[in-house]
Amino acid sequence: MPTVSVKRDLLFRALGRTYTDEEFDELCFEFGLELDEITSEKEIISKEQGNEKAHGASDVVLYKIDVPANRYDLLCLEGLVRGLQVFKERIKTPMYKRVMPKGEIQKLIITEETAKIRPYAVAAVLRNIKFTKDRYDSFIELQEKLHQNICRKRALVAIGTHDLDTLSGPFTYTAKKPSDIKFKPLNKSKEYTACELMNIYKTDNQLKHYLHIIENKPLYPVIYDSKGVVLSMPPIINGNHSKITVNTKNVFIECTGTDFTKAKIVLDVIVTTFSEYCENQFTVEAAEVVFPNGKLHTFPELAYRKEMVRADLINKKVGIRETPENLAKLLTRMCLKSEVIGDGNQIEVEIPPTRADIIHACDIIEDAAIAYGYNNIQMTLPKTYTIANQFPLNKLTELLRQDMAAAGFTEALTFALCSQEDIADKLGMDISATKAVHISNPKTAEFQVARTTLLPGLLKTLAANRKMPLPLKLFEISDIVIKDSSRDVGARNYRHLCAVYYNKNPGFEIIHGLLDRIMQLLDVPPGEKKGGYAIKASEEQFHVCTHPLPKSPPSSAPSVSSSSSCLDHCNKNTGSPFSGPVFFPGRCAEIFARGQSIGKLGVLHPDVITKFELTMPCSCVEINIEPFL
Amino acid sequence: MADGPVAEVLLRRLEAADGGLDSAELATELGVEHQTVVGAVKSLQALGQIIETELRSTKRWELTAEGEEIAQEGSHEARVFRSIPPEGLPQSELMRLPSGKVGFSKAMSNKWIRVDKSAADGPRVFRVVDSVEDEVQRRLQLVRGGQAEKLGEKERSELRKRKLLTEAGSWRDRPFKPYNFSAHGVLPDSGHLHPLLKVRSQFRQIFLEMGFTEMPTDNYIESSFWNFDALFQPQQHPARDQHDTFFLRDPAQAQQLPMDYVHRVKRTHSQGGYGSQGYKYTWKLDEARKNLLRTHTTAASARALYRLAQKKPFTPAKYFSIDRVFRNETLDATHLAEFHQIEGVVADHGLTLGHLMGVLREFFTKLGITQLRFKPAYNPYTEPSMEIFSYHQGLKKWVEVGNSGIFRPEMLLPMGLPENVSVIAWGLSLERPTMIKYGINNIRELVGHKVNLQMVYDSPLCRLDAERGPPSTQEAA
Repeated sequence: MPTVSVKRDLLFRALGRTYTDEEFDELCFEFGLELDEITSEKEIISKEQGNEKAHGASDVVLYKIDVPANRYDLLCLEGLVRGLQVFKERIKTPMYKRVMPKGEIQKLIITEETAKIRPYAVAAVLRNIKFTKDRYDSFIELQEKLHQNICRKRALVAIGTHDLDTLSGPFTYTAKKPSDIKFKPLNKSKEYTACELMNIYKTDNQLKHYLHIIENKPLYPVIYDSKGVVLSMPPIINGNHSKITVNTKNVFIECTGTDFTKAKIVLDVIVTTFSEYCENQFTVEAAEVVFPNGKLHTFPELAYRKEMVRADLINKKVGIRETPENLAKLLTRMCLKSEVIGDGNQIEVEIPPTRADIIHACDIIEDAAIAYGYNNIQMTLPKTYTIANQFPLNKLTELLRQDMAAAGFTEALTFALCSQEDIADKLGMDISATKAVHISNPKTAEFQVARTTLLPGLLKTLAANRKMPLPLKLFEISDIVIKDSSRDVGARNYRHLCAVYYNKNPGFEIIHGLLDRIMQLLDVPPGEKKGGYAIKASEEQFHVCTHPLPKSPPSSAPSVSSSSSCLDHCNKNTGSPFSGPVFFPGRCAEIFARGQSIGKLGVLHPDVITKFELTMPCSCVEINIEPFL
Repeated sequence: MADGPVAEVLLRRLEAADGGLDSAELATELGVEHQTVVGAVKSLQALGQIIETELRSTKRWELTAEGEEIAQEGSHEARVFRSIPPEGLPQSELMRLPSGKVGFSKAMSNKWIRVDKSAADGPRVFRVVDSVEDEVQRRLQLVRGGQAEKLGEKERSELRKRKLLTEAGSWRDRPFKPYNFSAHGVLPDSGHLHPLLKVRSQFRQIFLEMGFTEMPTDNYIESSFWNFDALFQPQQHPARDQHDTFFLRDPAQAQQLPMDYVHRVKRTHSQGGYGSQGYKYTWKLDEARKNLLRTHTTAASARALYRLAQKKPFTPAKYFSIDRVFRNETLDATHLAEFHQIEGVVADHGLTLGHLMGVLREFFTKLGITQLRFKPAYNPYTEPSMEIFSYHQGLKKWVEVGNSGIFRPEMLLPMGLPENVSVIAWGLSLERPTMIKYGINNIRELVGHKVNLQMVYDSPLCRLDAERGPPSTQEAA
C-alpha cells in the first residue's frame, strides 16, 4: 500500500479547516485511508541517522497516509484534498477538459526503432501553470509515487516533465545505440554518452534500480526536440536542458512505456491533478502523438465513461435500502457524478478520467457502500444452510496428533522450506535422489527446496534445544513435497508423520514401540498378512515411500515378502546412487503396512548426528499416513 | 558442611567399623532421632563418592491389647477348653463366658472339644483331649520377649489377622514432617501439543461449529494461474514479482491447466467481459504456467469455487481452510517466509456486504472479540473490500484483525458460477493471534526449529473465548 507524506498544516489549509489527529484519523478510516504515522522531517532523520544529523531539519508536522494501491488519483496532497472535499460535499468534482492550443499543437513522433524496447508514448501540456515551492515538490513527489506503483518501478511506464519554453517541437521519440546518445543529464554539468551514464548510475542509490530495464538492449530509448536537444532517456533520466523549476510556466509531459493503457492512465492522473494550478483551471492542452504506422493520437484522453447501474442492484449487493436519488448522491460524493434516469431505478454514473480503478459495476457498488458508511450497514446472517465436513486427511492428522502427545511425544512445527544440504548432503543422499522441488529465486540457502522429509526439521529442533533435559521426544505431522509428473503442477504433497527419540541411549525400542502404538491407533494389526504391518531389516538410504507399489497380480495374495521394496522402485526410477547411510549399520528397518512400504525407522548414523550438530544417539521413525485414510 | 556433629561421628565410626553401620543402631547409641542420622547420611551422599549406603528395612512387632491379654491368660480356645469340666458343660452356658464365642469355634476346629446335641438338657460340650498346648499363647509370649523373628511369616500373619499382633512403630506413633504446600509438585511426564497448532485446532473447531466445510489445501506448489490469474490479479501485479514470491526452477511450469477456463480468464484480463473493462494488457499463458509456492490459501479457495461452479445446479457452500503460505519477504521478528493463513468463504445467492459483516461478527465473537468496525480497503480480487478492526483494550486503539471482501465478478463468472451468486470471504493469519495469546514476541521462538521447547511444554490450553483480563487475541492480521 503506497504511503503519501503531506504537511499537516498545508493539508488543513487546503481542506479549509483543521482537525485534531483523532478527527482526521476518523475521516481517513471512513474514506478508506489510514493515517499511518504523525511525524516530521526532523523526527524521520533523527530516527534513521541519529539526533545529530537531524539538527536544523524541519519540524513541520507530517501526516503519513496509506492510500489503497488502486487509487492513483490520491497519491499527492492535491488528489487527497480533492477526494476528501468532494466526499464531504464541500466542493463538486471538477470537470477536466482537453483544449486545443491557440497556436500549433505539440507533436511527438514515435519512430519504429522503439518497437522492440519501449513502444508506447503519450504526451500533454500544462499551460500557464503556477508553481510554488510546495506545489512543485508535490508535482515531483507524485511522479515518484506513480513510478513506484502503477509504473512498476518505471518498467511499465516512465514519466518525463519538461519546461516547454526551453524546447522547440516537434519532438521525436526514437531508440539509438547507447554510444550514439550524448547529452547533459539532469543535475550534471557536462555531457555524457549513454554508456557512460549507465556506468555512473550504477552507484546512484536511486537510479541504479532502473538500469536493468534497458541495460542489455542494443538500442536505448531517447526523446529529442527539433533542434536535437535530449528531453530524456527513458526510463532512466531526463536531460538537464529542459529541467522544470518553480518558475516554469509551461510543462511538457511525456510518458513512455511498454503498457499503453497504463501510460494513458499515468498521464491522465498527472494532468488532472495539477491542472488546478493552470490559468484555465482543469484544462489540459492537447498534444499529438504520431505512431510509427502513421496513425495520429491526441492525448491526454481524459475520457469520461458512462455506466448504468440499477439502484436495486446496489441495495442488494450492499444490504441496504436507499432510494435511487440517495444512492446517486452517495456516488457523487465519491467523485462519480451520478443521476437517476429512465424508469427511476437506473442510475447513470459518470466515471471521470481520475478513476481508472472503476472497471466494473462492483467498483461502483463499493463506492456507494463507502459513502453510505460501512459501519452503518446493518449486519445480518445469511440463511445459507450447510453441513460441515472436515477434510479427511486433516481429520486423521488431528486425531493422531492428540494421541502422539498422549504417547509422551511433543509436537514440533518446522519449516516446509529448507536447504538442499538439509534434505540431501546431511542425510548422505544425492539431491537428485530426493525428487525435491527447487526454488528459482531463494534469497538465502534456507529456501532452496521444499522438504522431502520431516526428519531434518526435527533434528534441527533437537539441536536448538540441546539444553533441555533428556530424553527429548518430538513428533510432527505435516506435509512434504515431491515432484510428481502426474499432477497438474508437476509436484504434490504427502502427509508424513515423523518422530525422534534423543537420549544417552539410542532407544530404538522406544521408537519401535511408538510405531506399534501408531499402528494400534490406526487399527492395523501386527503381522505380515493382508492388512497388517511388519518391519523388515533394511540397509538403505532414508526415504519414505510416496507412491503405491506396483500391484501384485490378484492370484498371489499381496504380502510383504513378495512386494518389492519401495527403494528398489525409487532407485530404479531415479537411478541415483547415495553417498552414505543415514542409519547405523544393522539398525534400520523398512515399515510395510497394508501391502506397501510406508516408511522407515532406525537408529541414526553417528555421521548424521554430527552433521546436525547433535551429540547423543537418536532414533527416528517417519511414515506416510495417507495409506490409512 | 551441614549436620556437622552427627556426620562427623558417623564418618569416624565408619572408619572404625568393619562392614558398615546400622543407622538405627547408631541413632539409639548416640541418643538421637533416627531421622537425624538419615539426614547426615543423605548429606554425605550428596558429596559424591564418600560413603556407600544400602537400604535395609527391619520390622518390629508388638502385641495388641488383646494379644497382651492372651499372652498373659492364654488363648480364647485354651480358656474355653480349661473351663470345661470332665462331665461337660451346656453349650449355652459356655457361650456366656467372655472367651466363649471365639474360643468355642477355634477349639472346635482344633478338635479339642465336641458337642453332644442329643443331651437331655440341650447341647452339651465335652473335652476330647486331656490336655492342650496353647500354641497361640506361646507365640505371643515369644513376640513379647522380642523374639518375633523366630516366628514364620505365615504364623505372624495369622496372628495379625486375629488382630493380636501389630507392626511396631506404625504411623500412629510417628511424628510427620509437615508438607510445604507452597512448593511445586512434580509435573507428570507427558507429551505436548504445539501452541500454534492448538490455536489452529480451535479455529477449525469454530469453523466447524459454524457449518463450514474444510477445503483441501495439501498442495504447497501452485501455478501462477490458480494463485493469481484465476483471482483476476493482473500479470504485472507487484505480488507477482520475484521479490515477493518464491517461483520454482524445477518443476518450473504447470503442464495441465483447464484450457477452456484459462481462455475465459485470459479474455477477462486482456479485454474485459462479464460487465468489466478488464485490465487491457497482453495476457501471457507462459506467465500463468509459472509454478510457485502458493502465496495465499485463496489459491485453494479458487480451486474449490471452480469445482463448485462445475456442479449443476449450484448448491450454496461454506468453506474454510487453515494452512501454510509462502512469501519471499524480508524476515524480521514478526515475519517469516512461511506462515499460516486462515480463510473463510461463503457462496450463495444474493449475499450482501451486510451478510459478510454479520458472519464476521459471529466468527470474531467466538474468538472473544466483540467490538468490530470495518474500513474500506483494496484487494485485487475482492470488491467491495473491508479491513476488519477491533478495539484493543490494552493498546487503547483500533487494530487490524483481518481482511475481507466480496469476490469480484471477474473472478467468479469465468469459473462458471451463476451471475446472482455472491461469494464473501475473509482471512487472517494464525501466527499473530497465537503470538499475542501466548505472549511471544519473536516469531522464531514459536515457528520453526528454533522453537523454545520449554515454552511448548508450559503453554496452557487454547481457549479463545475465555481469556483472562482484556481480550488479547485482537491483534491479528
